Amino acid sequence: MGSQGGFGQSKEFLDLVKSIGEARSKSEEDRIILGEIETLKRRIVEPDIPKRKMKEYIIRLVYVEMLGHDASFGYIHAVKMTHDDSLLLKRTGYLAVTLFLNEDHDLIILIVNTIQKDLRSDNYLVVCAALNAVCRLINEETIPAVLPQVVELLGHAKEAVRKKAIMALHRFYQKSPASVLHLISNFRKTLCDKDPGVMGATLCPLFDLVTVDVKSHKDLVISFISILKQVAEKRLPKSYDYHQMPAPFIQIKLLKILALLGSGDKQASEQMYTVLGDIFRKSDTLINIGNAVLYECICCVSCIYPNPKLLDAAADAISKFLKSDHNLKYMGIDALGRLIKISPDIAEQHQLAVIDCLEDPDDTLKRKTFELLYKMTKSSNVEVIVNRMIDYMISINDNHYKTEIASRCVELAEQFAPSNHWFIQTMNKVFEHAGDLVNIKVAHNLMRLIAEGFGEDDDNADSQLRSSAVESYLRIIAEPKLPSVFLQVICWVLGEYGTADGKYSASYITGKLCDVAEAYSNDETVKAYAITALMKLYAYEIAAGRKVDILPECQSLIEELSASHSTDLQQRAYELQALIGLDARAVETVMPSDASCEDIEIDKSLSFLNHYVQESVEKGAQPYIPESERTGMLNTSSFRNEDHHEASMHGLRFEAYDLPKPVVPSKSPVTYTPSTELVPVPEPSYSREVHTSTAVPSISSSGSTELKLRLDGVQKKWGRPNYSSGSTSTSESSSQKTVNGVAQTEIVSTSTSRAQATSSFDLKKPQVEISPEKQRLAASLFGGPSKTDKRPTSSSHKVVKSSSHTTERPPAAKPVDASEKSTPVQPPPDLLDLGEPTVTSSAPLIDPFKQLEGLLDQGENVSVPNHGAVNATKPPEMMSLYAEIAASGQSGGVVNPIPTNGDDLLSGLSGGSIKTAAPGGAAGSPSLSKGPSLKDSLEKDALVRQMGVTPTSQNPNLFKDLLG
Amino acid sequence: MIHFVLLISRQGKVRLTKWYSAYPQKERTKVIREISGEVLARGPKLCNFVEWRGLKVVYRRYASLYFCMCINQGDNELEVLEIIHHYVETLDRYFGSVCELDLIFNFHKAYYILDELLLAGELQESSKKTVARLIAGQDALVETAKEEANSISSIIAQASK
Repeated sequence: MGSQGGFGQSKEFLDLVKSIGEARSKSEEDRIILGEIETLKRRIVEPDIPKRKMKEYIIRLVYVEMLGHDASFGYIHAVKMTHDDSLLLKRTGYLAVTLFLNEDHDLIILIVNTIQKDLRSDNYLVVCAALNAVCRLINEETIPAVLPQVVELLGHAKEAVRKKAIMALHRFYQKSPASVLHLISNFRKTLCDKDPGVMGATLCPLFDLVTVDVKSHKDLVISFISILKQVAEKRLPKSYDYHQMPAPFIQIKLLKILALLGSGDKQASEQMYTVLGDIFRKSDTLINIGNAVLYECICCVSCIYPNPKLLDAAADAISKFLKSDHNLKYMGIDALGRLIKISPDIAEQHQLAVIDCLEDPDDTLKRKTFELLYKMTKSSNVEVIVNRMIDYMISINDNHYKTEIASRCVELAEQFAPSNHWFIQTMNKVFEHAGDLVNIKVAHNLMRLIAEGFGEDDDNADSQLRSSAVESYLRIIAEPKLPSVFLQVICWVLGEYGTADGKYSASYITGKLCDVAEAYSNDETVKAYAITALMKLYAYEIAAGRKVDILPECQSLIEELSASHSTDLQQRAYELQALIGLDARAVETVMPSDASCEDIEIDKSLSFLNHYVQESVEKGAQPYIPESERTGMLNTSSFRNEDHHEASMHGLRFEAYDLPKPVVPSKSPVTYTPSTELVPVPEPSYSREVHTSTAVPSISSSGSTELKLRLDGVQKKWGRPNYSSGSTSTSESSSQKTVNGVAQTEIVSTSTSRAQATSSFDLKKPQVEISPEKQRLAASLFGGPSKTDKRPTSSSHKVVKSSSHTTERPPAAKPVDASEKSTPVQPPPDLLDLGEPTVTSSAPLIDPFKQLEGLLDQGENVSVPNHGAVNATKPPEMMSLYAEIAASGQSGGVVNPIPTNGDDLLSGLSGGSIKTAAPGGAAGSPSLSKGPSLKDSLEKDALVRQMGVTPTSQNPNLFKDLLG
Repeated sequence: MIHFVLLISRQGKVRLTKWYSAYPQKERTKVIREISGEVLARGPKLCNFVEWRGLKVVYRRYASLYFCMCINQGDNELEVLEIIHHYVETLDRYFGSVCELDLIFNFHKAYYILDELLLAGELQESSKKTVARLIAGQDALVETAKEEANSISSIIAQASK
């Protein structure tokens, strides 16, 4: 598909792109773009610009916008371009507006009319372009303007149009569910479309619908299962295969839907078991997409009603994931987190793998592992887990994640705290390091918890909790730069309970509080908390009959605050001063000791005002009318239910005015012409019309239009119901078969799976010592008793781990893998078809520059012998960078290809990069093999050189094929 | 759902951006900066996923170009990784051994292809053949339009002689 016949743009534009490419800094780039903006601003308003020129300007605007600058001065020109008759320009216009405008932009209103016109076009490419724009630009307000037309396009002859119409409806559903709810039957119909692409697209809206409302879609279970079965059995056209997997993207979508439908529904789940088992067996774990399907299958199995066999299969798959590369480990940890809800024991098998992931340098993996730990926390391991989480929390800077992990720590600590002391310590740490990030509610929660205790009626424990809190706070309070929220908690607790156990004197604590107020003099909230705490302490002292001597610093604080700009602080200060002057009895009533938990009674009906109300009514005042009884007010609940069509009546109308009617009255009930509709047709009758129009056989439909020659030419042309109507209705109720009586509810017996695990690991010869520290950690995380019985398993886990961590795989580890895999990989037959392998051998370490030169000179460097095989045809330098991607999913049971590859050894690459080459051959997807890429790159190079574009030393990779 | 697609070169230069969720222009610049900072800094042996603002960014490196897609927390990362690859393969088929330079100069074509692949943040077509056919159909129209334009202009040129 040679499309690089010149880049088709003017020199000016190419120069722009080139200069951007050569810009050495962001500021230089910005300067160039600002200059370009000035040029465009001038040029674009010139009169009589040729259309081709205009098109280029628009593309240049897109470029400007893409680089993060504001091109809003040109938006209107892009909008204008969508009006153009030529598809070429129209397409550019649509592209530009979809990139420029958000759905709430003012200019949208100018495009709606064009879109309406284009949706009616008889060129399907125009319709497609319009539908693309619909998906991006139409907002809730404008949906009614295009909805009828989009629905009509569901019956279009071209599958591309039908597919895009579905996606547009899907978008509408996301924006305003009410607008398309009446179209559910249409979705069900398109599910049976003969084109797999349309069917696949239909799964998107159906997934959304099922997510919201599972019950009303239960009857579709059978259909989804049968589709999935057909897909898995490769009944779809070959072109939907992806890396030899039959339509994996459709499979994944279906599995997602089935997971929703089967969750908590035994009967529906039982119907799925067979096909899920099939997919488990069939999915190819050597390629990434196979693993993607497998992962989705695990998710599905963990959602639906549990089946021991499938859970076993899922556990097996997970253990394979955990032994593979980083991506799969990540997926494995995630899957583990899902499965753990159903069979909590499964984590034990993988304890060391989990711990390795926890200590991995990769942050992403680490976080995923923390998520898993969070899910498997119990009271026995909470201390280890929360401590780890806090350590990690302290080490990171990402506020978003810090907040999340902090709130998780708090949650776990509240739920599983083994002791009060530990709880307080933990909370202190969380607040100390992430205090400003946690929700203020968490702080309030903590205060309440300290006040109320843990709910048991054990006063002794409660007061212990309090005194340990007070003690720790007095220790922490002197530390610099504590978060405000934490200080608030500290002040409050010290105020309430500082002197409660009599360990510390009031003057000691008040001194501390004054220090806080002084140190954080910018924080009014803290000062308010501090002074209120002071007030409480003095009140308790006075009530207890002790003499209060106010420290000089307290006195000055009070004075300072009573002159504060904040009225709140002022009031508190004055209140405190007034309180000190009262006698013991009065203070006792005003500030009762330890009363924070006492309920304050609130008279919600304001009955104390009854007398006043009655008096006023007697004097002739209007009686109060409750809000619900008032008339003339819009009742919000009924408004919501209102039909969207009616709602749209109040808004803008997007329909054209009625054309003068021809005299011939239209009798055809089938034809539906939205253009002549003044207001949107009421929904029920409308959908009926659509049904009939699709159901009518082609002969009668064309016949009826032939009778009267009206402007329905378009309709006639496309109206042939190519698209199968509801004949293959999916809504048949599901047959109530019970699948071979899998009624067992019991969860996977771990003993069997464990046995499997150990047996397979026995094969591994080298036993590597695990550090005792790790073992200890494992034991504390996963429970002590299983420790001894786990050890052999764990050690062999370790083997796998260690081998995958090192870059060069020791060949010693390989035979084991080989024995697991039945067939050794043969070198692909077309291995040497790309000529002179000797060249590569001369350059063992290829530097990018040399490589580029080589490409220009004779260009033979790149042809590594095993090129013919697939996507692994990467220049070595890239390979090492890319290794982990290409190898993903393959490293599990990959055989070391060294003996089979002969000449390849000469290239002196590390084992790792060779590995990436061989599995490709093993996967053997010939459809991917490319033509002589070398020639192409040379041509491209020559072309750009002609145009004066030379790659800078900065980025010699520009010519490098993306796929290798 | 895919929230946005970013193509960034190793130097952090933007090669293509496509937004499926609403991000105002200012926000976009910030997002690009954040993501390129995160992604470009990652070592070669780590996962191809990054958690970001409660969402996930799946990225994949081809030569010196990073393809990033931002997805929801619950989406299947491996699938998205393959969607990226699917896109690259489609580009490759279209351009014939696609390289970064193709995308630099023909970024609008890369957009057209992306539009056939993804719509409203979802994969709309998983068959490379179908996508190729549609794009070819559009290009054919463009070609005829060009020819017509040429012939018309030549007619005019001749007439004006």
